[in-house]
Amino acid sequence: MRAIGIILAGGNSNRMRELSNKRAIAAMPVAGSFRGIDFALSNMSNSHVQKVAVLTQYNSRSLNEHLNSSKWWDFGRKQGGLFVFTPTITADNGFWYRGTADAIAQNLTFLRNSHEPYVVIASGDGIYKLDYNKVLEYHIEKKADITVVTKQMEPDEDCSRFGVIRTDEDGRIREFQEKPLVASSKTISTGIYVIRRRHLIELIERAVEEERHDFVRDILVRYIELKRIYAYEMPSYWNNIASVESYYKTNMDFLKKDIRDFFFKQYPDIYSKIDDLPPAKYNPGSSVRNSLVSSGCIINGVVENSLLFKKVYVGNNCTIRNSIVLNDVHIGDNTYIENCIVESRDTIRPNTTHVGENGNIKIVVEKNERYGL
Amino acid sequence: MIKKEMIAMLLAGGQGSRLGVLTSGIAKPAVSFGGKYRIIDFPLSNCINSGVDTVGVLTQYQPLRLNTHIGIGIPWDLDRNIGGVSILPPYEKSTNAEWYSGTANAIFQNLKYMEHYNPEYVLILGGDHIYKMDYEVMLDFHKSNNADITLATIPVPMEEASRFGVVITDDSKRILEFEEKPPKPRSNLASMGIYIFNWKILRQALIDLSDQPGCDFGKHIIPYCHERGDRVFAYEFNGYWKDVGTLSSYWESNMELIDIVPEFNLYEEFWKIYTKNDVTPPQYIAGDAVVERCLVGEGTEIYGRVYNSVIGAGVTIGKNAEVRDSIIMRDTQIGDNTIVNKAIIAESCVIGFDCQLGVGEEAQNVKFPKIYTDGLVTIGEGSIIPNNVRIGKNTAISGGTTLDDYPSGLLKSGESIIKAGDLR
Repeated sequence: MRAIGIILAGGNSNRMRELSNKRAIAAMPVAGSFRGIDFALSNMSNSHVQKVAVLTQYNSRSLNEHLNSSKWWDFGRKQGGLFVFTPTITADNGFWYRGTADAIAQNLTFLRNSHEPYVVIASGDGIYKLDYNKVLEYHIEKKADITVVTKQMEPDEDCSRFGVIRTDEDGRIREFQEKPLVASSKTISTGIYVIRRRHLIELIERAVEEERHDFVRDILVRYIELKRIYAYEMPSYWNNIASVESYYKTNMDFLKKDIRDFFFKQYPDIYSKIDDLPPAKYNPGSSVRNSLVSSGCIINGVVENSLLFKKVYVGNNCTIRNSIVLNDVHIGDNTYIENCIVESRDTIRPNTTHVGENGNIKIVVEKNERYGL
Repeated sequence: MIKKEMIAMLLAGGQGSRLGVLTSGIAKPAVSFGGKYRIIDFPLSNCINSGVDTVGVLTQYQPLRLNTHIGIGIPWDLDRNIGGVSILPPYEKSTNAEWYSGTANAIFQNLKYMEHYNPEYVLILGGDHIYKMDYEVMLDFHKSNNADITLATIPVPMEEASRFGVVITDDSKRILEFEEKPPKPRSNLASMGIYIFNWKILRQALIDLSDQPGCDFGKHIIPYCHERGDRVFAYEFNGYWKDVGTLSSYWESNMELIDIVPEFNLYEEFWKIYTKNDVTPPQYIAGDAVVERCLVGEGTEIYGRVYNSVIGAGVTIGKNAEVRDSIIMRDTQIGDNTIVNKAIIAESCVIGFDCQLGVGEEAQNVKFPKIYTDGLVTIGEGSIIPNNVRIGKNTAISGGTTLDDYPSGLLKSGESIIKAGDLR
């Protein structure tokens, strides 16, 4: 592949509520045994992008921990590799990343020192499988300056938290509204871009001079008439996990066979850090239906339409319904959990009830004895 | 100069012929165990957990699966700048070319490997037991006794002691006598086939006995050293230790993992067992599935009912299928409505629809009465079973079978169909 990769994984969103208190969105556990960033990273690796920079600043510990070795995504190489860049103080800069363009600007050396002609920019909170080579081919064929990967959303979907796009017949983007109050179309930007490396350096240098910091507002929207910005439609599943509702929905999507088959069975695979946990164990009294269970779990109770992430212990006579239980949670006996997201490393006391009511998802954060002290 | 205090030599070349069709294409240490592991993961994990970071793995019989599994040792942290894991197959020399003719002969042929690391001690291991053991504690015992050789031993029930090689020691644990499978055992301390040697003693003994045909540790090296007066000690190990050399013990030790608090606990944070994980997704249990008393590996999809079984990674169990008391290894598919009773089904098999495995009265296996016992149905790697057949007990199948192989759709108890692998 003639491109390097940049994964923008810096962000936080108040739409994540308590879930982002201790981690970056890109470090959110997804689909039982993955993390958000695994999808972008695996796509990079599977598209033969050999050199990838992850730009992160909010709660970067979480992401650093997950990325402490690059070998799981096959980036432990002499040629290229995986780089995690957090903001640093330098002779001419003392700021945090003030926006996506600023984050790239502060790491312009990474771009300058590379020799590959193209850059793939992706975000760490998208759940999808995509061969970036296809986007690059399209980019070259259209003689585009920038290519934006777009997704046609369902008619009932609220698009106001995305960048909404309108194209002409050729696929050139003619209108780009960032987080509009009323969305005028159902085509949205997935935050995946392909651009020539030298071109990106020029645009970023210009933005720095003008003290502009946002890639979407100050580059895509600002240059929409001047530059040939094209839309490449994502051909398969894509979802974003940057709000509690979409996070819940995306995880629940994995209970569908076609989506599971697409991600888990079709080549190429999605990779993640290996945890060396034993197989899941189903004790007498366990009853698991329409659920995903990860390794290291021990189940003694009832689990329905739910996702159990790694190393969850479900006590006797518990019932867990329509819920997501994150990593390393201990659930005491006789507990009832419905419509919840249970935060990782929780200890749920026996004989308790946690229910998300009126169609809302309750986030359960119960530190208690085990890890609370 | 490189200096390692203790290096390990892991003997993984054996076939394990008593595992029947399970080892017709792979060496015994590569056989799957406990839903996601292979037998060799246990000694390899013990090594790294004990701080032994240099391991030579001696392979000979069907080594492909072992080689791909071990690779450069990443899963066990045995990818090292100095040391790490090395696979040591037999090789051709300028004067002769020979296979490994015995356990000690295999080690003798790799003297150069050991010399390179300049060790004080050499740990000799087998690749066919399930256990967690801290070799460093054994080394401390060895040092404190100023021993030349230390054997790891385990107390076994007196009535079973005649199946093992037992040792008789004095009060200081120094070995006085050896008895190989004694009819009337005088001790119940059985040798586990794990030895620590002072490197110089081992090297000299291997050279002294280099002309011994089929040179073996238990039969030749240890008695030789003992007779000439070396200090040979017995280290007593009191944890879980299970030989999985026969189909019935292999089946049994898998089943023991299912107990609520198993004697051999894989869920402890301490002393993790590492393995090569190439399947990461979670497992899916369908809306009308039943899973009770089971271990289930990653990425498996269960649509039917499974009781009291160990299911590997990437397995699919079809709708309305029923699996009981069985071991199903990775990537095997069980067709819809198929009933499986007390079977061991190896990797990547395809079992058709509407089959019944483990039916009828028990009958002794005709060709291999000593191997296929306990009413087990044993199916070798990559086998294909057509739709609508019934298979009796104490049976063995290996290779792609068609309906023609089953007279009136039935394989009677005690029969075998061997269409792949070495004839056995």
